[in-house]
Amino acid sequence: MPTAKNGTNGRIDVRKTYKLFIAGEFVRSESGRAYRFDGNVNVPRGSRKDLRDAVRAARGAVAGWSARTAMNRGQILYRAAEMLDGRRAQFVELLGSARAAHKEVDEAVEALVWYAGWTDKLAQVIGGTNPVSGPYFNFTIPEPTGVVGIVAPEKPALVGLVRRVAPALCGGNAVVVLAPQENPLPALTLAEVLATSDLPAGVANVLSGFRKELLPWLSAHMDVNAIDVAGCSPDEVTEIEKAAADNVKRVVKYPADELSPYLITAFMEMKTVWHPVGV
Amino acid sequence: MALTKRQSEELAKQTFEYAPAPESTDFVKIEPRYNLFIGGKMVAAHSKKHFPTINPATEQKLSEVVEADEVDVDRAVKAADEAFDSWSRMAPSRRARYIFRISRILQERARELAVVETMDGGKPIKESRDVDIPLAAAHFFYYAGWADKLEWAFPNRKPRPLGVAGQVIPWNFPLLMLAWKIAPALAAGNTVVLKPAETTPLSALLFADICMQAELPPGVVNIITGGGKTGSLVVTHPGVKKVAFTGSTEVGKLIQRSLAGTGKRLTLELGGKAANIVFDDAPLDAAVEGIVNGIYFNQGHVCCAGSRLLVQESIAEPLLEKLKLRLGTLRLGDPLDKNTDIGAINSKAQLEKIESLVESGIEEGAEIFQPECKLPERGYWFPPTLFTNVSQSYRIAREEIFGPVLSVLTFRTPAEAVEKANNTPYGLSAGVWTDKGSRILWMAERMRAGVVWANTFNRFDPTSPFGGYKESGFGREGGRHGLLPYLELV
Repeated sequence: MPTAKNGTNGRIDVRKTYKLFIAGEFVRSESGRAYRFDGNVNVPRGSRKDLRDAVRAARGAVAGWSARTAMNRGQILYRAAEMLDGRRAQFVELLGSARAAHKEVDEAVEALVWYAGWTDKLAQVIGGTNPVSGPYFNFTIPEPTGVVGIVAPEKPALVGLVRRVAPALCGGNAVVVLAPQENPLPALTLAEVLATSDLPAGVANVLSGFRKELLPWLSAHMDVNAIDVAGCSPDEVTEIEKAAADNVKRVVKYPADELSPYLITAFMEMKTVWHPVGV
Repeated sequence: MALTKRQSEELAKQTFEYAPAPESTDFVKIEPRYNLFIGGKMVAAHSKKHFPTINPATEQKLSEVVEADEVDVDRAVKAADEAFDSWSRMAPSRRARYIFRISRILQERARELAVVETMDGGKPIKESRDVDIPLAAAHFFYYAGWADKLEWAFPNRKPRPLGVAGQVIPWNFPLLMLAWKIAPALAAGNTVVLKPAETTPLSALLFADICMQAELPPGVVNIITGGGKTGSLVVTHPGVKKVAFTGSTEVGKLIQRSLAGTGKRLTLELGGKAANIVFDDAPLDAAVEGIVNGIYFNQGHVCCAGSRLLVQESIAEPLLEKLKLRLGTLRLGDPLDKNTDIGAINSKAQLEKIESLVESGIEEGAEIFQPECKLPERGYWFPPTLFTNVSQSYRIAREEIFGPVLSVLTFRTPAEAVEKANNTPYGLSAGVWTDKGSRILWMAERMRAGVVWANTFNRFDPTSPFGGYKESGFGREGGRHGLLPYLELV
């Protein structure tokens, strides 16, 4: 790992402290705990309280983010693609072998660009007016479901996460991401990309830590509207689905490699508005 | 001929009584006992248990139906499973023909269905006649047309049916809820096991007869009766691939939990506590009608009922004055009478629930208003009720009452209205009354609810998606969106 050793030519590296990303700030776990997934780098071991803080930040950010114009959200997602591309070298180093890593960064950038383009087209493809049998104007539009928990797959750590976060943000949701326990650095580093993309504070939050300490609370949290289980085992999914029933949480199950407007709408609600027509 | 001033003054002093105008029931034939509809015919049940279904307006027993057991449910699911292969592979235009037929027969037998619906459930005949049955027929007609157009519904995807759909429906709109469930399921190529509510099984059993009349292939639709236990057997049966439930949030959560890890697809249409918001610039007379329609329609047995009236403080007084006057003109009584506005409460259990919540409202300090209203001696009845001086924390402002009970709260600013409207775990519907177009759209954007009625309330249409946010459930019924829960997009 890059930060673990002294550099060449006798230079002493300035190592990075990996932190959680909550409410637009890089913070240590309130618990003061860390763990070393690879025996070397200290990564914050997020607590239940960190999770609650992240959900609260996300809840506070939903109204503002979803009220941004679709074009503005598209521009911000596009900027995230720019930022990610600009940090290519950093991610390639994190992801290991050069060729596959470049390909993965390419795919992650592509996913951001693709979803950036969907923000202002989705309602036209998915929503519409409904020709009701009576003197009423009636239309249906997609709206964000609210706070979305995302359990990112261990591999591919970068693109696997971007392919879940981008559609959720595209639809106007705020997200709380659980980084893979054994491979948290790409997710924690992606937070640096999101932090420099003009995404309002709290719209994206990233936590590292022990899955068994965080997942039960995320799936049972009464202020989380949906949870994406792309990175979960079947047994974990069963437990999540049980806990999700407490607040009728939406459990989103889509193939991990999918790019689709139907994935955006999986994180959305359809709202239908009626108004009489008359003089 | 013009009246003299004196004549018209005298006329104005008189009270006009309506003569009774009961709908006749003589052409409706209700069997003394019903079997189950499995594999295209009415078959004797394995279960030997039966229970009565009564007319809540008279407490008289109408018929007896089966409390289906595990073996019955298994037979129904097997019949649906066997029918799935040929039904899903049938040329879609042929599938459409059957569904069109059903729609037409519903229209042809509209009167019979309306009368049975009213006798079994207690709703006013004018509502079953003008709302439930026509909408049910319209729903089948709408989805029939989709059966051979599914490839156009979801761009870039190939839609595939899921298999056997297990559907459990409530007692407030029995035939209409059946239509909301069965029509899209069949159009998408699925087969169905449907369980109507315990207290209102008769229109579903009549529907079984309609399926036979339409010569629908055996097993495509199966109707089994019973209570909550039977419903739970349907949704947990391993042969059921898709579950659709409409009912209380409490039961919805149980179902969601019981399906954890099964991979079954699920849609839930659950409870609500809708805010109906009236601004000071709203046309008051229209708003009063909307409020009445919002909460007293179908005795308030409506999941999307406007059960919380949020009225802008400056007009609270005149609005409530008009509303109270209007409540006095609502006619409560024989649901079969064509002039009845408020029918019978669906069941004794529901009446007790309403009574206990109303009691809690009084205890917590709300002020109750009920118009003078003579209740019939037999049957289950509750007068139209209005609470003022209600705080947001009261149970009557938080819990779904599912009865003709309105809680009135006030607000000053639009932002406060939004805050109060959304201050509930539910999110099914909302209403807003104002003359200002930009405010309607501003409010509509901010209400966390699946359906927003502006300057109207409780409108339904087969083309219009319906369903909730938050704890009011997920998935949509109606419109193109209503197909999605019954399809896999490959």
